[in-house]
Amino acid sequence: MRFFSELREGLWIAWDAVRANKMRSILATLGIVIGVVTVTLMGTAIDGLKRAFVKSVSALGADVLYVTRRDWFLHTYQDWMKTRNRRRITLEDARLFTRLCNSARAVAPMADVGAPVKYKSRESSEVRVVGTTEEFQYTSGINVALGRFFSPGEAEGGRPVCVIGAAVATNLFTQGSPLGEQIRIGSGAYEVVGVLESQGSFLGMMSLDNQVFIPLQRLMQDFWNTPNLTIQVKVRDIENIEDAKEEVRGVMRRVRHVAPGDPDDFAINQQEQFLTMFNRVVGVIASIGLFITGLSLFVGGIGVMNIMFVSVAERTREIGIRKAIGAKRRAILLQFLIEAATICLLGGVIALGIAYPITLAMEQFFPAKLSLPVAGLALGVSLLTGVVAGFVPAWRAARMNPVDALRNE
Amino acid sequence: MPLIRLENLSRIYQMGAETIHALRDTSLSVERGEYVAMMGPSGSGKSTLMNVIGCLDTPTSGRYFLNGTDVSEMDDNQLAEVRNKEIGFVFQTFNLLSRASALRNVELPLIYAGIDATERRQIALEALASVGLADRVQHKPNELSGGQRQRVAVARALVNKPSILLADEPTGNLDTKTGDEIMALFEILAQRGNTILLVTHEEDIARHARRIIRLRDGCVAGDEQMPPGERRRPAPPTTAPGA
Repeated sequence: MRFFSELREGLWIAWDAVRANKMRSILATLGIVIGVVTVTLMGTAIDGLKRAFVKSVSALGADVLYVTRRDWFLHTYQDWMKTRNRRRITLEDARLFTRLCNSARAVAPMADVGAPVKYKSRESSEVRVVGTTEEFQYTSGINVALGRFFSPGEAEGGRPVCVIGAAVATNLFTQGSPLGEQIRIGSGAYEVVGVLESQGSFLGMMSLDNQVFIPLQRLMQDFWNTPNLTIQVKVRDIENIEDAKEEVRGVMRRVRHVAPGDPDDFAINQQEQFLTMFNRVVGVIASIGLFITGLSLFVGGIGVMNIMFVSVAERTREIGIRKAIGAKRRAILLQFLIEAATICLLGGVIALGIAYPITLAMEQFFPAKLSLPVAGLALGVSLLTGVVAGFVPAWRAARMNPVDALRNE
Repeated sequence: MPLIRLENLSRIYQMGAETIHALRDTSLSVERGEYVAMMGPSGSGKSTLMNVIGCLDTPTSGRYFLNGTDVSEMDDNQLAEVRNKEIGFVFQTFNLLSRASALRNVELPLIYAGIDATERRQIALEALASVGLADRVQHKPNELSGGQRQRVAVARALVNKPSILLADEPTGNLDTKTGDEIMALFEILAQRGNTILLVTHEEDIARHARRIIRLRDGCVAGDEQMPPGERRRPAPPTTAPGA
């Protein structure tokens, strides 16, 4: 009860003090404002970067395993030396694997090459040509906007059909439906049976829409007869992805005739590897960035501490009066802590008011959003700065001797 | 049991290399309801004595019993509690908070006593009314005259119903007429049974009290009861409060 009335009194005094010294409070707040703005923007930028990455990587699918000859990320030269002599994953491997692996929801082998794509006089020079089977539409989570994906029969027979990405469609076909039209991929003619929905880009570099999909058999015939395949495996249940991974590993070892005790001669990759890799990099950037921007907040905190020392000094007599009337140390401490916290919190609020429109502007370039946690963190940090910066001045005030304080003019 | 009992009280200050004996082995007691003036030239130790009695300062040696409790060994927070509950201060320079209204100033001791807002307001308003300032509660100190300010200070001193009212030169910053009004107010408070300790160096002011303690060089040099005939008459009550 007494604590609360002291708290309320503290708030009243703090507000009164801020109002009484408007200019000084604004200047003291300025450091905090700048500090919180930079910290908030940094946090938002990192947040946005992460979000952009996760969104982009999610194209890989969280529940899809990628069986490849080598790991996506080779961290050392030794890793590379160890894996460079591995055999390719052949179509036979993929077929056997598909037959043996019965816990998967869908399995699709795939290989890709780059090739020019032409329709009449229009040409797209560098398009990613993906050879795969009809199951690819289930493993990759792509959606057909127009027409259909190629059928099992077409895939098995290596028919000259293709499904084109949204960007390819808009590049080649200015008017009319692409369905049923013949396009040239490399040197062969293909019939367009489907157009995909737009998917955006991967890591901002590779457009997922600038692709065409053809039967794997066809790709081997027209482009590359001994491709190194990637087998996409969509697991049944994302909760048990680790079990599924073990099973895929076991099956693949059988397929590749790996003797017991020998290391795998293939790798199983998943989206997570991208995320761990990314988080490691972003973690370093974030901590350095936040440290540097945190310095400006620190400088702001020193400014507030300075002002609080001034405030305590010029209100020495008031402290004496309050003590004579019966204020305990705690009440005086609280009073000045609240004053410092109020100044800083005010700075935090102003800073958010400034940072918010800036993040809106940033949003034009990448998905930066001033999230509630970041906003809450900014306020929390400014409050904390106030309490930390105000503590020493407040402590000095609380320990003042009332006789000396009252004598102060 | 006396309200205030000082036993062999000493207070020594260290000012650089110099040691100042502000109080030397002083013993004294004051009963509840007494109206005492403490007199002495500057440097006689009367301020130190007031600070010790007011629990603003602690003695170097000796004991101080307030209401039978030994306060000479208390720590900062306990002393704050005693000041809040038992002692009301009236200062020469009023010592009001300049940015707070009269009402807030009077409410202040109640805030530190932890009394809730509604009750606090009620008590503070009554206290202001009792010194004749019921119509000035929202005024800031700089909107009040010297006499009015001192009466706000008196209301603040009394609001927690303390055992002792300690007044340090309460008329020192007032003209004679206003000073007389304040002394009349004190007279009324004394008649109501409040214990008042008045520190002054003016013989005239001291003569309002029933007992005068004279200090010299940190020792009690004289302690006399004033016969009623020699006391100064307070100003007529009609002009006292609210004037």
